[in-house]
Amino acid sequence: MFDKEEMKKIKQSKKEWENNVVQKTLKRFPERKDKFVTGSGKEVERLYTPVNLEESDHNKDLNFPGQYPYTRGVQPTMYRGRFWTMRQYAGFGTAEESNKRYKYLLDQGQNGLSVAFDLPTQIGYDSDNDMSLGEVGKVGVVIDSLKDMEMLFDGIPLDKVSTSMTINAPAPVLLAMYIAVAEKQGVAPDKLKGTIQNDVLKEYIARGTYIFPPAPSMRLITNIFEFCFKEMPLWNTISISGYHIREAGATAVQEVAFTLADGIAYVDAAIKIGLKVDDFAPRLSFFFNAHNDLLEEVAKFRAARRLWAKIMKERFGAENEKSLILRFHTQTAGCTLTAQQPDNNITRVTIQALAAVLGGTQSLHTNSRDEALALPAEDSVRIALRTQQVLAYESGVTETVDPLAGSYYVETLTNEIEKQALEYIEKIDKLGGVTQAIEKGFIQQEIQNSAYQYQKDIEESKRIVVGVNKFKIKEGLPKGLLKVNPEVGRRQVEELKKLKEGRDNHKVKENLKLLEKAAKTDTNLMPLILDCVKSYATLGEICDVLRSIFGEYKESVKL
Amino acid sequence: MEGKKIRVLIAKPGLNGHDRGAKVVARALRDAGMEVIYTGLRQTPEQIVETAIQEDVDVIGLSILSGAHTHLFPKVMELLKENSIKDIIVIGGGVIPEEDISELKKVGIAKIFTPGTDTRDIIKFIKEKVN
Repeated sequence: MFDKEEMKKIKQSKKEWENNVVQKTLKRFPERKDKFVTGSGKEVERLYTPVNLEESDHNKDLNFPGQYPYTRGVQPTMYRGRFWTMRQYAGFGTAEESNKRYKYLLDQGQNGLSVAFDLPTQIGYDSDNDMSLGEVGKVGVVIDSLKDMEMLFDGIPLDKVSTSMTINAPAPVLLAMYIAVAEKQGVAPDKLKGTIQNDVLKEYIARGTYIFPPAPSMRLITNIFEFCFKEMPLWNTISISGYHIREAGATAVQEVAFTLADGIAYVDAAIKIGLKVDDFAPRLSFFFNAHNDLLEEVAKFRAARRLWAKIMKERFGAENEKSLILRFHTQTAGCTLTAQQPDNNITRVTIQALAAVLGGTQSLHTNSRDEALALPAEDSVRIALRTQQVLAYESGVTETVDPLAGSYYVETLTNEIEKQALEYIEKIDKLGGVTQAIEKGFIQQEIQNSAYQYQKDIEESKRIVVGVNKFKIKEGLPKGLLKVNPEVGRRQVEELKKLKEGRDNHKVKENLKLLEKAAKTDTNLMPLILDCVKSYATLGEICDVLRSIFGEYKESVKL
Repeated sequence: MEGKKIRVLIAKPGLNGHDRGAKVVARALRDAGMEVIYTGLRQTPEQIVETAIQEDVDVIGLSILSGAHTHLFPKVMELLKENSIKDIIVIGGGVIPEEDISELKKVGIAKIFTPGTDTRDIIKFIKEKVN
């Protein structure tokens, strides 16, 4: 980006500055530490200058927003056109309670829904399953059948809102329920906007709500790609997630690397069943974490965008521009929230959300201050949403596109993260791809090592967490925490019993049989699951059929 | 107790898949010289107690972040009692509200470690209790 003569001059003056000015200062005022590092432990230089970007080429590496390799953003005008979607992840207790929270959030100016399901729902168990004991309605809303889903979206027009659903192993079932609810509202599938997470690989790596082994899981995922290409052109068929990988302890580089490696595996799987890359790739979306180190995080988002564009173009030969762009949702880092002095979390979330916005996110969830203690209370959620609104309307960072571009530091970090993530991806390729790397425990081990290092750094005070290992105070008990009604489980089991008595059980049986038969072939299962759902077969019944054919995944545990 | 390593079972009861804390604690205990067995995810209380007996552990560490501790921790204690086991120390960790902690202590959980805990405090607690 600088001509040779100029670069020479800059290098010369930098040397002089270091030898004369800096050395003198250091003698009088030594620096605070011997080594400075980013939040991910990457060494940081005292000063970044054009010298760090000697090899960079403006049009090749940055170019313009909305143009390959999309370093500067996926649209030409970014937030000058429209702000990101403010989308708070929510759900707890029964469908009825969660429906109330959604309406509250929409009233407060939120413009998209994001559904949190409880763990039994995420793992394909009905509320009356033994495995569900104690978990019903705890970390999200409980959905046993279409009946609950109807209640969940009661009075919410599905042609007006976009809905993101954090559902993975049983994603086809919940997607089918959503389609069925919309149909009852008179909204056709091709009008529906939203996202299902549908990313099972990261469940094996970091999040744990897997059901089936990798091969049939990949089949269900690609069944959705194919179905949505035909029926739901506005739907994001997957949200390839680095969020949970980061939460499990990964560094920024690892987050990018493992997420994009998962992405590569999904593209490979879809191509393998005969889909054309430009038919499904435009509907792939991503989900990243926004951690504490503001500038490193901004660089991470930019690096991820550039690297994915290159992968899609060079590795998969995608030609449609929409196949090349990495669109992503961001959530602020839950793992950085402290139970100590919880109001400090508002500040952390602000910095993290700023990183997401400066990094060009398409949608954002901001965590609530009390989430290291419980599910968020209503006023905490409101502050979290207001944080986004302050960033959007007051901070000024939205008025120009990619405002940090050209910062020697941010561009250098962007280059380094891209390079190191690519090295990881090459290593995973050598191991035979992501599935192999997971089965060998490689990815999990890498993340665990980073997590352990992070904890050790805190305990040795190499990493300061305000209120935890420095600036501590004596605190009273936190007040106003949300408590999920302990009756939810019992009530839900009763409702489930009523449902099973009231529905056409002959029809249910017939549909489940058809699904079982089809699961043994390589038919697309989406239409069959849709039939099951519409006859009020439960999530557990449908998943049990699939479990009986596909088997269940067993994790390889290594410490 | 000199010479004999403290044996600890780190267990994830319930459906919760967040195991960062469990794994970090497991490693810290191992680095502190203890023998650590980690169960992996989705263990029923029955499985946990069975493993604890088989592995002849001194300590069980239960980790839950989903809120199911109010149900699953007491269940583990009940099963230990049914098996007449009194010498295993049970500790817990996770996102556990203060008001639940006193209830869990009543059923015999020795200590609950909440977010922000220093692993050295866990090590110290175990060493003091076992010896």
